[in-house]
Amino acid sequence: MIKTAPDGIKEVVPPLSDADVEALRAGDRVRISGILYTGRDAAHARFLPLMDEEQPLPIDVRGQILYYTGPSPARPGMVIGSVGPTTGSRMDKYAPKLLALGLKGMMGKGSRSREVREALKRHKGVYFGAVGGAGAILSQFVKKAEVIAYEDLGTEAIRRLEVENFPAIVVNDCHGGDLYEEGMRQYAR
Amino acid sequence: MREIHVSAITDAVKKLCMEANYELEPDMLRAFDRALQTERSPAGRQVLQLLKENAELARTRKIPYCQDTGFVVCFVELGQDVYVVGGLLEEAINEGVRQGYTEGYLRASIVRSPFDRKNTGDNTPAVVHLELVPGPQLKIMVMAKGGGCENRSKYKMLTPADGLEGVKEWILECIRTAGPDACPPLIAGVGVGGTFEKAALLSKKALFRELGSSNPDPAVDAIEKEVLDRANRLGIGPQGYGGDTTALGIHILTYPCHITSLPVAVTIECHAHRAAPGAPRPPRHPLADLAPHGTLA
Ligand code: SF4
Repeated sequence: MIKTAPDGIKEVVPPLSDADVEALRAGDRVRISGILYTGRDAAHARFLPLMDEEQPLPIDVRGQILYYTGPSPARPGMVIGSVGPTTGSRMDKYAPKLLALGLKGMMGKGSRSREVREALKRHKGVYFGAVGGAGAILSQFVKKAEVIAYEDLGTEAIRRLEVENFPAIVVNDCHGGDLYEEGMRQYAR
Repeated sequence: MREIHVSAITDAVKKLCMEANYELEPDMLRAFDRALQTERSPAGRQVLQLLKENAELARTRKIPYCQDTGFVVCFVELGQDVYVVGGLLEEAINEGVRQGYTEGYLRASIVRSPFDRKNTGDNTPAVVHLELVPGPQLKIMVMAKGGGCENRSKYKMLTPADGLEGVKEWILECIRTAGPDACPPLIAGVGVGGTFEKAALLSKKALFRELGSSNPDPAVDAIEKEVLDRANRLGIGPQGYGGDTTALGIHILTYPCHITSLPVAVTIECHAHRAAPGAPRPPRHPLADLAPHGTLA
């Protein structure tokens, strides 16, 4: 679900539909509330043979947002440690397949490949940017965290996060918009 | 001869690892403030503002500034009149890393082999660069180096004919291709001269200089300032959202080189720059024997 708040920021609540994704444009500021699943290099590497053999993944990705992050350990009494985004391009190899399975959103930092941007258009998906290196402050938007698969991967395990008003920005939309390219064009001197 | 026990080294490294991850150095915070005065992009200003708040929260709550708490890189200057007792220097450093990362709730990001990729679980081992210097002191400079930006570091063997303009272009090319992936605003550590490995080493060491300080060589200082200005005209901006703050500093170290060569290495460092600066600053360690930036005086 997506609605625009009075301050102009778009409130994003997964699961997302095609229409939700179509309403998002590169450069839109968003606040995400609800569920985010975490996964990065090692978890994606385990997804690959499963996807190739059409086996079920440990999470149902349909309509969901996958957050590329490997949090630092939580101190006692804290929900989670530092939890900022990692570089999205390292997941480029896997992303088109996940989008084909119905994944709607990915969140990370840094540019995505042409193949991924094409897959966003084809399958109606969106790539959000979270502020890289702002892991301490981003931890404050996480209300609950639970490891749900691949516990042996430590920081790279799959976690289910419950977030409230997690701040992000739309980097790549499903219309071909790219915040990085547009931003650079606007400010290059 | 002066004896230094390995336990003092372990304690120092442990403390430096933890502090580096919770507390951004004042020179970084000043650089954010300077950038906020010139940044035209609203999204860019929001990012810079968030980074300042992030630094404050990390410091007060002891949550790592970034979840990638880095690969520990130590530059050790060992005085020739120092005798390390009670064990091995490198093991003492690794023990400090182990204790700092485990007790400090810092992330274990190191795998034991590039091929089997099993996490060592305690962020060891560190990368240690040892240099022998005159005198009776031991100085350990600790950097927690992020992976995302390190992955954008590059090396190129230019020719003497490429000259100074070639070097400038190459640094800019590295910054351009690092783009949003390396969490700009970034710092470029540049090593020019020497051999393949010497240039790379210098490019890391260059990052320890205080941000905003001038290069002691006026000619090199002018190059740094020009490249910085050109980098900030690229338009990449904070986090790559577009803007005027792409780089916060260009730090160059040089070394003599062969008549055929012009090696240039560029280490890309992100705004989560967790390193004790080379410039003196007031000690913040309660330990009596531990002076600023890791000097066991
Ligand atoms: S590049 Fe730096 S700020 Fe960005 S995630 Fe890596 S360590 Fe953190």
